[in-house]
Order: sequence, then C-alpha cells, then structure tokens
Amino acid sequence: MTTSPTLTLSKLSCTKGGRQLFKDLDCTLQAGCWLYVAGANGVGKTSLLRMLCGLAQVESGEILWNNTPIAAQHDSYRQDLCYLGHLNALQESMSVQENLMFTSALGGVALAEQKAKSVLERFGLRGRSQQLVRHLSQGQKRRVALSRLALSPARLWVLDEPYVAMDEAGIQMLSDLIASHLDKGGLAVLTSHQRVPVGAHPAQLLELKAP
Amino acid sequence: MTTAPNTLGAGAVMLAVIKREIALGLRQKGEVLTPLVFFMVIASLFPLGVGAESSLLLRMAPGVLWVSALLAAMLSLQRMFATDYADGSLEQMVLSPTPLGLLVLAKALAHFLLSGVPLVLMAPVLGLQFGLDGRALGILMLSLLLGTPTLSLIGSIGAALTLGVRGAGVLLSLLILPLYIPVLIFGAGAVEADAAGLGFGGHISLLSALLVLSLFFSPMATAAALRISLE
Repeated sequence: MTTSPTLTLSKLSCTKGGRQLFKDLDCTLQAGCWLYVAGANGVGKTSLLRMLCGLAQVESGEILWNNTPIAAQHDSYRQDLCYLGHLNALQESMSVQENLMFTSALGGVALAEQKAKSVLERFGLRGRSQQLVRHLSQGQKRRVALSRLALSPARLWVLDEPYVAMDEAGIQMLSDLIASHLDKGGLAVLTSHQRVPVGAHPAQLLELKAP
Repeated sequence: MTTAPNTLGAGAVMLAVIKREIALGLRQKGEVLTPLVFFMVIASLFPLGVGAESSLLLRMAPGVLWVSALLAAMLSLQRMFATDYADGSLEQMVLSPTPLGLLVLAKALAHFLLSGVPLVLMAPVLGLQFGLDGRALGILMLSLLLGTPTLSLIGSIGAALTLGVRGAGVLLSLLILPLYIPVLIFGAGAVEADAAGLGFGGHISLLSALLVLSLFFSPMATAAALRISLE
C-alpha cells in the first residue's frame, strides 16, 4: 500500500474549438493538501478537472498519480478517484436512497441501508431517503450528490463547483467534510467562485488565466 | 491496495445495474409498453394491407413478425443511455472501477429483459393471427429468444454513437438497421426452412453464433463510443 499518494500535472495543455485554454501547467499535490483551481468563466477549469478524471483526452503533457501516468493505470486510479461534476448523477424517478446505493455500487462499495440513512441524516436529509429525487430542491439534490463523498473510499476528490446551490449550513458542512478527508491523508481538487476556507488546510492555488 | 470487506465484485455491480434498469422500466411503464403495442399494431397491419388470403399470410408470417419485432426493439434503443447521459450517471459509470464494457453489457441485458422477452412472449399470439402451427410458433419463439439479445447488443453501439446528437432517432435507425440484417435473415429463415422441410438447426446455430459474437464485441465498441460521446 502506498502511504502518501501524490498527484502531478506536468506541462499540461488544453485546446478547445481551436482556442488555447491553458498551456504548460505544472503542479504537484501532496497527500493532505487541496488544490483550489481559480479563474474566470471559460478559462478551462472544468476541462482541467475532466482531464484529471480521464473523462477528456490529454492532448499534451501528463497527469501522474503516484508518479505513474493515469492512462497507464486506469483501473487502480479509478478506485482512488471520486468525481462530482456539474451534474448530480441522480436519476429523477428513483428515491434518494436507491440513487445513493446505486452510485455506491458503481464505485464498488456495498452500502447497507442503515449506513445510507445515517449519512443522509448527516447531510440534513433526515426522513427523505424514500422520497423521489424529482421532488427535491436543487440544494437538496446537491446534498445527496455530496453525500456520495462521505461514503467513498477514494483518496482523490475532484469537485467541480461543489458549493453551487448550497445554503450556509451546507457550505460549512462540506468544508468540514473536505477538511476531515484531508486530515486522513486524502487529496482534493476543487473549483469554486467563492473562497472557502477548508479547516486549517491552506489551499494550493492554481489560477488559470486566458492567454 | 487495501480492499474493504464490503467491496463489490464486477458481477455484483452488473447485477445492481440490471436491477436498477428493471426498476426504472417498471416505473415508466409507458416506455416499456409502447414498443409492445407498436409490435402488435405493425404485425396486424400486414393482413389488412395484403388481404386475407391465408396461404399468402402463412408464407409471409415469419418475415413480417421478425421485421415488426426488430422495429419494436429499435424503438426503445434511443433511451438506453439518454437519461444517464443527461443526468450525469453516465460519467459515473465511465469513472467506475468496474470496466465500462461490463456495465454496458449489463445495460444491454436489461434492455433485452425489458423489450426482448416481452416480444418473445407476444410473438405466438400474433403468429396465430397468421395461421402458424404449433411447431412453427415454437421455432419462431426460439429464434426470437436468440435473436433479440443480439439486437439489444448491436443496438447499444448505435445508442452510444448517437448520444447527444440531434435527430438521434433517425440516425440510429440508419446506423443499426443494416447491422440487423443477418439476424433478420437467420431468424425469419429458421421458421421458413423448417416449413420447407430443411430443418431449423443450421439457422439456430448461426443465430447463436451471432449472439456469441455480439456478446463479445459489442460491449467493447459501445464502451469506446460512450467515451467519445462524453468528451
């Protein structure tokens, strides 16, 4: 077992629709640290995060997980990765609990009903587990999606705008969740338009600028 | 790599996918029933269109039933990945530690259970309309039972390729129908060959071979197509 995972970006570039978004990005993230990807709309934050997950092709440069390119170790990398995109990955006509159990299963984790209930309770969704997702508000859907993080054994969290649609309490709760993940030696990469302190962990800032 | 005691194997994850698809299918009954009604209507239009001459209908029956079943199975293909694509579940499937090919295989199997199996069960009822005898009905059901999973598997490639494309339905038919031809030939041929006294063994073997081939190759092609669609 590797004790301290590292994520390294080396000379990473991205072009979209013939436009250079970013070029020669270099960055190393150690265990227990988080990377705050900042920048205006359209500078390629989401593109960078999708590349980190392996959802988008890397044109030039490399992404290394534990000093091995992620393309060479897809299977083990995916076990270490939990991604939360703009979309919540919730099926509208299934209940909150069914959704949670299914996404956990996709991540390879068998989730007991009791555990699902207690996690939902922690995320302020007490008594909602049997409700259909389509009857939830935007913020509540986001909370369900985020509760996946608490259940995931992944060491690297890639979060695209996790704070969107969250209320004050939700923002605090998510910050605490990320902080405890970092305390346990996890890593996190996130984008956000609002600055959020994550416990005592200083952010490693990666500012993307239009060239 | 530590493995927690509650880690799921690939088989268990596939089972979870199949269960979810079937639960969703049973909740959205309309989407499951529409292809069946379509199958019934198309197959019933032929006797009205070509006249009620029983010898002609009898000769046409296997072909007509097979073509109708094939079109009905295609109706529901489009939504195989569409909702998962729209709500982001597909991204999570691609990022799952379980190989995407296996998840896709599970989805295709669920599609077969929801659209293929009801077609197989309904075919004899419609076959009676055309005056097919018991033996012919049995062969028809057997050929559909072996052929419809192949339709779901091949169809999943087209569904993945046309994800997020405008006018996906028509494009999907254009892509997939030519690939369905071998299944149609051997499926409908089985009943006809037996009626002509040639036996149906050869056709059934070829249908099985097609099924095995598509079981092996189509999940790979579909997984590759999904990755492209998500980029």
